[in-house]
Amino acid sequence: MSHDEHGHHELSFKEKYIFSVDHKVIGLQYLITSFLFLMVGFGLMMLMRWQLAFPGTPIPLIGNMFPAELAPNGVMSGEFYNSLGAMHGTIMVFLGVVPLAVGAYGNYVMPLQIGAPDMAFPRMNMMSYWLYLPGGIMMLSSFIMPGGAAQSGWTSYPPLSIINPGQTVWLLSMVVLITSSLLGAINFLVTTINLRAPGMSLWRMPIFVWAQFVTAVLLLLAFPPLEAASVLQLMDRVFHTSFYMPKDLVVLGKAYAGSGGGQPLLWQHLFWFLAHPEVYVLVLPPMGIVAEIIANNTRKPLHGYKTMVFSMIAIGVMSFMVWAHHMFISGMSASLGNFFLVTTMIISVPSVALMTCLVFSLKGGSIRYNVPMLFALAFIPLFAIGGLTGLPLGMTVTDIFLHDTYYVIAHFHFVVVSGSIIALMGGTYYWFPKWYGRKMNDKLGLIHFWGSVASMVGIFAPMLFMGLAGASRRLYDPTAHLHNLPVQGWNVVSTCAAYSLFLFQLPFIYNFFNSMWNGEKTVENPWQATTLEWACPSPPPHGNFAKTPTVYRGPYEYSVPGRETDFWMQNDPS
Amino acid sequence: MSQTYNPTEFMGNADTHSGVTNAKLGVWLFLASEVMLFATLFTSYIVLRMAAVSWPWGWDVLNVPLATLNTVILITSSVTIVMAYAKAYDKDKAGFQMWMAATLLLSFAFLVVKGFEYGHEFALGIAPSTSVFYAVYFTMTGLHGLHILGGIAVNAGLLYMSTVDEHWQHPLFLGRVEGAGLYWHFVDIVWIFLFPALYLL
Repeated sequence: MSHDEHGHHELSFKEKYIFSVDHKVIGLQYLITSFLFLMVGFGLMMLMRWQLAFPGTPIPLIGNMFPAELAPNGVMSGEFYNSLGAMHGTIMVFLGVVPLAVGAYGNYVMPLQIGAPDMAFPRMNMMSYWLYLPGGIMMLSSFIMPGGAAQSGWTSYPPLSIINPGQTVWLLSMVVLITSSLLGAINFLVTTINLRAPGMSLWRMPIFVWAQFVTAVLLLLAFPPLEAASVLQLMDRVFHTSFYMPKDLVVLGKAYAGSGGGQPLLWQHLFWFLAHPEVYVLVLPPMGIVAEIIANNTRKPLHGYKTMVFSMIAIGVMSFMVWAHHMFISGMSASLGNFFLVTTMIISVPSVALMTCLVFSLKGGSIRYNVPMLFALAFIPLFAIGGLTGLPLGMTVTDIFLHDTYYVIAHFHFVVVSGSIIALMGGTYYWFPKWYGRKMNDKLGLIHFWGSVASMVGIFAPMLFMGLAGASRRLYDPTAHLHNLPVQGWNVVSTCAAYSLFLFQLPFIYNFFNSMWNGEKTVENPWQATTLEWACPSPPPHGNFAKTPTVYRGPYEYSVPGRETDFWMQNDPS
Repeated sequence: MSQTYNPTEFMGNADTHSGVTNAKLGVWLFLASEVMLFATLFTSYIVLRMAAVSWPWGWDVLNVPLATLNTVILITSSVTIVMAYAKAYDKDKAGFQMWMAATLLLSFAFLVVKGFEYGHEFALGIAPSTSVFYAVYFTMTGLHGLHILGGIAVNAGLLYMSTVDEHWQHPLFLGRVEGAGLYWHFVDIVWIFLFPALYLL
């Protein structure tokens, strides 16, 4: 398309949909891409689940499509299983949930909620996405590289990660992905600090904006240590330094060639220094979404708005001081363990405060049970199971028994899958009318909701039981160990539930794309919400608001006595 | 805000909530992440050295006079970039170009000296894999060198932009010089920590 010299600059298809600088288009790019990565990560997991439930039997339907070195005669090899495990974790965390929670929802909704025309640095925003996508493709490409994909778990502990093949591509793509998320974090912070509409004081910001703000601080300060740690690991692999390699290491009967003298535990400290704040990156934005949906559908102000904000800030600060509770049995000093036990118990206090505020917000409300609200309501008990099962892991005494069992996997997945992902799915139903000016189908939404919740519990509850019975995680063949045999039946249940979770995503995918074109048309503010993203057309035009909105009040003025309507928008001057 | 708004319109607008321009705030936040990056490396250095059985003294195995020269060069370049900023503030184009060119010359001089040091070490058969000390030394100075290269790219870009009237007259130009200056000071400060940590302690 040609540039028009006189009037509006007509955007070409490329500028409008591919290399767009509009935060809304970039948000949707992130949305679609991260949903795709979630499906990929889920696919890897379904392969692993087959091996766990029916070890040694050929993978049905697609088993023979894999090259013989990965799956001889359709039966998964141990190396392939390890690759799948490492890549499942990496993809889900770094390419799926975080880009969905921050890149997609944060990018699209946060500027609208503060009344900004766009992000502070639109071109940098575009660059974040265009680093994220190649980084993700690079990560996936490691499957077809010589040596295969990384095999050392998503945590990449040395010395294993330095000896194993496939790790170099993992490290390089991590550096690209970290750069992308650093650019994003800077952008989010500057936007929230500088671009708020007149009247949008800090205490009038919706909880979701606060959640994104705290998240961006975590990303900004926690990711560089992993970047540095990855550079050191890269040096160990490529230039054969010994940052993480101990002295006199023997690998496969031969002395390791490097100089030695490094510290394997150093990586664990640096990795978890990122990865624990990262857990809150996974959790805080979804919590913000749940708070938005709950306030909107109980038609009353959130209980304890300020408590929630202070809790989030407290979580943000504390999350930098709890990392070594992942390392209680790593051989680190036991007195250090006591310190991290105490900080871990402290950080659970603001987390519980947040959940309590969400529960109390329900009290006395006339609740609308629509699809997004169902997801938000399911979040509370399921996330609570995830959170509470974490306490025994945070205590040194109980952790000795539970460490490296399926209990840990169950705990983490209750938090992230039936917590974060449930909330993110609810967010899709909630903001879809804003994105496309149409509603998603309710009936399909209900099928998706009930099916997903039942399947998720079906996957992870058996893991709790297996873990308590002592079944170890990261085992290629669980039946090879006698102590796992009594609970092997739960593995079958878990696997069946995983496949049913997949089936119940099909109505969601159909619903999403069908509603984009055929959904019921909606108005600007279909949920009768109070926050600013509902004060502009659906979908919002380039530049968002026809006139910069002025904010007169807090974010959740529902059911204010004496008013005709039960919602009082933030920009309503009356 | 009209629908045909231009993103750069509000980028340099100091009429923001914080009273700081977006670009300046962005640079400061970027530097915060850089502090975390180098802090991690310094921490790793401390941990590795504390646990090491033996660790050489920096002055025994590294070239302290050359590193001192480099320290002087970098500190001088921090002064010249401030001068460049002052000249840009006064709209003195020739002055800006002279001081910016001086900054660039000094940064190249730093790299040449550093390259000479590396060359000498490589000639002796020393590599990052020789020992953990050299691993730390090469990684930290190498990463710092990459930051110097980044600074050279930015500063050279600004020098070029000053020759184009459209850029020189641009209301954001001064802010860009200031951002580059902040970054350059940071790179300088990292060296001021690296020098004693690696050579003198």
